[in-house]
Amino acid sequence: MNDDQLLRYSRHILLPEIGVEGQEAILAARALIVGAGGLGSPAAMYLAAAGVGTLVLADDDTVDLTNLQRQILHSAEGVGRLKVESGRDTLHRLNPLARVETRALRLEGEALEAEVAAADVVLDCSDNFATRHAINRACAHHARPLVSGAAIRFDGQVSVFDLRQPDGACYHCLFPEGEDVEEVRCAVMGVFAPLTGIVGATQAAEALKLLSGCGATLDGRLLLLDSLSMNWRSVSFGRDPACPVCAERARAQA
Amino acid sequence: MDLKILYFASLREALGRGEESLPLPEGVTTVGQLRAYLHARGDAWQALGEGRNVRAAVNQRMARSDDTLQGGEEVAFFPPVTGG
Repeated sequence: MNDDQLLRYSRHILLPEIGVEGQEAILAARALIVGAGGLGSPAAMYLAAAGVGTLVLADDDTVDLTNLQRQILHSAEGVGRLKVESGRDTLHRLNPLARVETRALRLEGEALEAEVAAADVVLDCSDNFATRHAINRACAHHARPLVSGAAIRFDGQVSVFDLRQPDGACYHCLFPEGEDVEEVRCAVMGVFAPLTGIVGATQAAEALKLLSGCGATLDGRLLLLDSLSMNWRSVSFGRDPACPVCAERARAQA
Repeated sequence: MDLKILYFASLREALGRGEESLPLPEGVTTVGQLRAYLHARGDAWQALGEGRNVRAAVNQRMARSDDTLQGGEEVAFFPPVTGG
């Protein structure tokens, strides 16, 4: 770190749990953020401000007026622009030292595999189950830690799947694919603005802990937030012996 | 001891309640049987039907449908939330 960086990140360096070593790890890291909306906004902003070296923002959407109530990466003059470009500009204003790579597409298939393989941590800030399961499979395949967040109405969920650990549980262990799910969208159901901030900022916290190796993450715990009563619940979970994603992972590791 | 049953997210919306307490119903000895008992209430309780993606936790620990109940536990039912 140069003098400017030592000063900029001094409040992290002062924390013995992070220190110079942890901050160096954060600076050297590459984070993939899938979704530059309500969750991706605060998550990316905290990661950029905290010095994560490279941020990859993936989203195929453009900024809409209805996004601005909560998607704080974007502002009024950004309406109509690609979210990843609007987001990149905001992140550069926060921290000109951060490298921001944009992927203006819905990450899937080989592109998703390549981005996950290149990342040190993956943040799922997406808005649909198909993408959540695809990200989970890629993280399991490439043994990358996954920080998963979700928010709708007043309800939030956040968890970590530390798939660097051979016996760690995955998203599929928690919520199996193929069952009948109610796919609800903010456009229909509404979403409480700061709920996305609470969940997205929690995702940033977990990502920074994973990168710097401090504390205990949410690996193996799902937090359920009802922001209407502001009650948090924690549910612990382990690997599902019947999980096909983990079975595939075990085969690949054998 | 009564069971304390909690409902989260869209389940709470659908059922119009966040929690209830009830004695362990007769013939119910597992989480799966409790879910079937609640599902049999009909109407909105279809949301707990088999094949619907709803997880259960007993005393804050993820549970399988064949996990046993004795009464007195806290049972939470929750669906996955998406939305980003």
